[in-house]
Amino acid sequence: MTAVPATASSTATVVCDYDRLTPELGVAALVGGEQVAIFRLADGSVHAVQNLDPFSGASVMSRGITGSRGDVPTIASPIYKQVFSLLDGTCLVTMDKSPKAGHAPDLVVYPVTLDNGQVIIDLAGSE
Amino acid sequence: MTTEHIVVVGGGMVAHRFTEALRARDTEGRYSVEVLAEEPRAPYDRVALTSYFQLKSPEELQLGDPALWHDPLVTLHRDTRATGVDRDRRIVTVDGGREVAYDHLVLATGSYAWAPPTPGADLPGVFMYRTVDDVAALRGWVEERRAALGRPVRGAVIGGGLLGLEAAGALQSLGAISTVIQFADRLMNLQVDEGGGEALKRLIEALGVTVRCSTATQEIRAGKDGHVGSLLFADGGEQLVDVVVFATGVRPRDELGAKAGLEIGARGGVVVDDACLTADPAVSAIGEVACIQGACLGLIAPGNTMAEIAVDRLLGGSSTFPGADMATKLKLLGVDVASFGDAFATTPGALEMVYADPVNGVYKKLVLTDDATTLLGGVLVGDASAYASLRPMVGAALPGDPAAWILPEGSVEKGEIELPDSAGVCSCNNVSAGAIRDAVNHEGCHDLGAVKACTKAGTSCGSCLPLVKKIMGTELEKSGIEVSNALCEHFELSRAQLFNAIKVAEVTTFSEVIERFGTGRGCDICKPTVGSILASLYNAHVLGGDRAALQDTNDRVMANMQKDGTYSVVPRVPGGEILPEHLILIGQIAQDYGLYTKITGGQRIDLFGARLEQLPSIWKRLVDAGMESGHAYGKSLRTVKSCVGSTWCRYGVQDSVGMAIALELRYRGLRSPHKLKLGVSGCARECAEARGKDVGVIATDKGWNVYVGGNGGFTPVHAQLLVEDVPDDEVFRVIDRYLMYYIRTADRLQRTAPWQQEHEGGLDRIREIVVEDSLGLGEELDAHMARHIDSYEDEWKAVLNDPERLKQFTSFVNAPDQADPTLAYVEQRGQRRPATPEERAGGAVLIAPSTLEVRS
Ligand code: SRM
Ligand SMILES: Cc1cc2nc3c(=O)[nH]c(=O)nc-3n(C[C@H](O)[C@H](O)[C@H](O)COP(=O)(O)OP(=O)(O)OC[C@H]3O[C@@H](n4cnc5c(N)ncnc54)[C@H](O)[C@@H]3O)c2cc1C
Ligand code: SF4
Ligand code: FES
Repeated sequence: MTAVPATASSTATVVCDYDRLTPELGVAALVGGEQVAIFRLADGSVHAVQNLDPFSGASVMSRGITGSRGDVPTIASPIYKQVFSLLDGTCLVTMDKSPKAGHAPDLVVYPVTLDNGQVIIDLAGSE
Repeated sequence: MTTEHIVVVGGGMVAHRFTEALRARDTEGRYSVEVLAEEPRAPYDRVALTSYFQLKSPEELQLGDPALWHDPLVTLHRDTRATGVDRDRRIVTVDGGREVAYDHLVLATGSYAWAPPTPGADLPGVFMYRTVDDVAALRGWVEERRAALGRPVRGAVIGGGLLGLEAAGALQSLGAISTVIQFADRLMNLQVDEGGGEALKRLIEALGVTVRCSTATQEIRAGKDGHVGSLLFADGGEQLVDVVVFATGVRPRDELGAKAGLEIGARGGVVVDDACLTADPAVSAIGEVACIQGACLGLIAPGNTMAEIAVDRLLGGSSTFPGADMATKLKLLGVDVASFGDAFATTPGALEMVYADPVNGVYKKLVLTDDATTLLGGVLVGDASAYASLRPMVGAALPGDPAAWILPEGSVEKGEIELPDSAGVCSCNNVSAGAIRDAVNHEGCHDLGAVKACTKAGTSCGSCLPLVKKIMGTELEKSGIEVSNALCEHFELSRAQLFNAIKVAEVTTFSEVIERFGTGRGCDICKPTVGSILASLYNAHVLGGDRAALQDTNDRVMANMQKDGTYSVVPRVPGGEILPEHLILIGQIAQDYGLYTKITGGQRIDLFGARLEQLPSIWKRLVDAGMESGHAYGKSLRTVKSCVGSTWCRYGVQDSVGMAIALELRYRGLRSPHKLKLGVSGCARECAEARGKDVGVIATDKGWNVYVGGNGGFTPVHAQLLVEDVPDDEVFRVIDRYLMYYIRTADRLQRTAPWQQEHEGGLDRIREIVVEDSLGLGEELDAHMARHIDSYEDEWKAVLNDPERLKQFTSFVNAPDQADPTLAYVEQRGQRRPATPEERAGGAVLIAPSTLEVRS
């Protein structure tokens, strides 16, 4: 997480204050029409992924349970419990299910920057 | 060593097994394999074809690891039909004239669906049921006709065997009305006897399928539009239809073999010996196309066996075909039918032992030797739960009284069975008990996944899985290998151990728990478990402290998440008794928020489709009127179901409603390893179905009988009597202790029924502990429950009073006034429901969430 000023990119959006985030409890945000799920973990790091759960088609990832598999911080879907890496969005546990038609199994990850106590999401940097 | 080239004609299930087994065992790479498949896709699971209707894409039917087809020694040609074989030149010709040379040829061309010659069988709207393309076309047709006709499509399946019933179920799942036309005098006449056929018919009809037995179809007639219109029967009857499926049997695709001059069996099929070889040593035939020991076998198990034999022979082995196990189990949702061994008691002197309960559509028959000891076969209709255990016992003596296997659960004690090593456990994949033991003891397979991967047991129809698991467990126990009870990668402890550890250490937060007893950050398995244990122990608010992040999907917001991410709210209605003004309030809330309403199976009213941010204002309406939201979520008390009881009912002997209310208020909010349901009936007529509950209380002239360990759901079990004729206060005391003891010692997600069954010494031992207090735990359990009852708080109201917790009930952190824009609904029967992906794509009339704002 490098501190980049909010003005560095025109696609970057200030979402909320860092203090608004409760450790390990996700929130959803609307960023340029996209739904983004944002997580502040116990170690202070902040991660953002698509809010859409590819396996159910519902926009609910922000309401999943955070955790880890090995050293990788994870988020589990609240609907069918697939587990995804918060680092690169890879689906680590498919629960023997396939994603809904038209969806990739992995989540899109959005870069998060913190500036002056504010959480900034940049859609353009997604992978 | 030079590589020899094998050509397999046919890309079906058996071709797949052959290729997979060859590549697994031919470690030196002696052979390369080329598979010529007529269908446009890689081999798939034909046995599971009917599940196509529930699947998103045909890929889900894929067999095994797709990496097989990328193996450098394997080539798969799809859309490629073999048209001729020149055995002298060892060449196969394919469509278009290309020639493929072989050193060894394997015919695995399977069967085709056969239909009796019937005028009109070629009309549009008549289907076969064999391939993915068949079922895809069938689905397309039904959907198109429904749209064109504007009414449910009328379907008929000709053929009432295994396949016909599956197809009828499939038609129904497509929303069509379905009728089964059976030529024989009963359904599944090849597998079940007359009594079984009767019971089966009743079960099938209960699904809404019409059954016509002893009916010959003479002609299929076109309607005015040139599509199928009606069926004409030999007895002069006629039936209107929009779609017809033939499921009248299969015939081997032996045309290539015949053309190549190979011997063909009297009823078709390429004749092979017990090594699966034809008279030409360079040609084998396996699967349904092979005529082995005089017959073609239409099941996957013998096909897989033949594939394994062919591979073994190519690698220099000497295995031979052992004969086929023709045991079958119908895979139709909701209907249990199985037949195995000598189901028709054709063995001289065979005895038949029959149990029939026509009212409930249960028919069970065991066929035994004349001394009534050795099992020869059987038919199970309506309840085939004993199939997995009994089938492998064919030919062996049943321990104890054989009647125990067919009488209702619990009426006679069952003997313990220890299967001989040679007993087949998984018939689909031909895996014996010995092979499973071997995998556990010598291959290091210590969990179900490993045993499945190593032996293939349980990987096809899955009906043997309970048995596989049991054998594995017994072996592990015998060899002293500890069956890992670890919760997950973060905790080595089992739930019961962790419960004790937390209790003794008196820790109250997840961070302390994982620091002391675990590793890492936790996950979606251990977090909710710890959350539940903390709640059972301290009964503090589920969203308080650091606990919100531990809660599973529903507990986290104290409502049930639905498929589209909205929630349902189920107001608590203790004992099912409700004031008219509360009924009106519930209706009013539903109207104001546009919620879908439904009466639940638990005597209350469910309101569906509330968005996260709407939950607090809905709860407030309930709280203000003296109600509360209820737990339809949470591993906690759900409902206490009651019958009307002595206050109104002319038979009632106690106030069952009063008792139910008292119990619901006593245990509401109690967190436990799995959900808890109670029921109270006012007399032995048992209108509240209390014995289907974790705890059932049934009124007697002298007091109450308390039953425990009942379960509905996937494996229904009736509750067993714990104490008899006790007064009210004793009812509470016994249940307090039973529940608390369960909460402390059960496994994660283990309901009372399996807990009680697996508890050392069973219910008798539990009775000693909770009723006779043999461990001296009684007082502690009482005190623990008293603490729970005293500290109960309305958890929804608590959130309303806490601005911090309320913040979580926001749609978007940066746009709290906007609703999830992806929600979309359509109207159905006067209420709204989530739109399907097709409806969204097709732009069907959608009700967007913005129109659902609160009207007040
Ligand atoms: C609403 C209701 C169906 C209905 O419309 O009638 C229902 C709905 C659900 N049931 Fe149920 N069950 C409902 C009565 C039942 C009953 C009948 C009963 O309680 O008398 C049973 C069988 C009895 C039993 O539990 O032993 C039942 C057996 C299950 C099971 C299987 C449990 C098992 O031991 O095998 C599950 C799955 C689970 O809990 O793991 C389940 C799970 C569910 C869940 C919670 C699934 C989920 O996680 O989303 C459903 C969500 C409810 C919601 O969103 O509001 N539901 N469910 C019923 C609510 C009753 C109530 O007022 O609380
Ligand atoms: C709906 C349904 C449910 C079933 N349920 C069960 C069950 O519960 N239990 C059970 O044991 N069995 C069941 N079966 C039967 C089981 O599917 C078959 O026994 C099994 O598929 C046989 O495998 P096979 O490889 O011999 O033939 P198939 O799977 O039929 O494969 C043969 C393949 O060869 C291709 N082929 C044929 N001729 C040529 C050619 N000249 N050139 C190239 N390719 C060719 C065919 O197109 C086909 O793809 C079911 C079948 C169906 C249709
Ligand atoms: S269980 Fe008994 S008291 Fe209750 S409604 Fe039925 S008959 Fe009446
Ligand atoms: S018996 Fe079908 S998978 Fe084992």
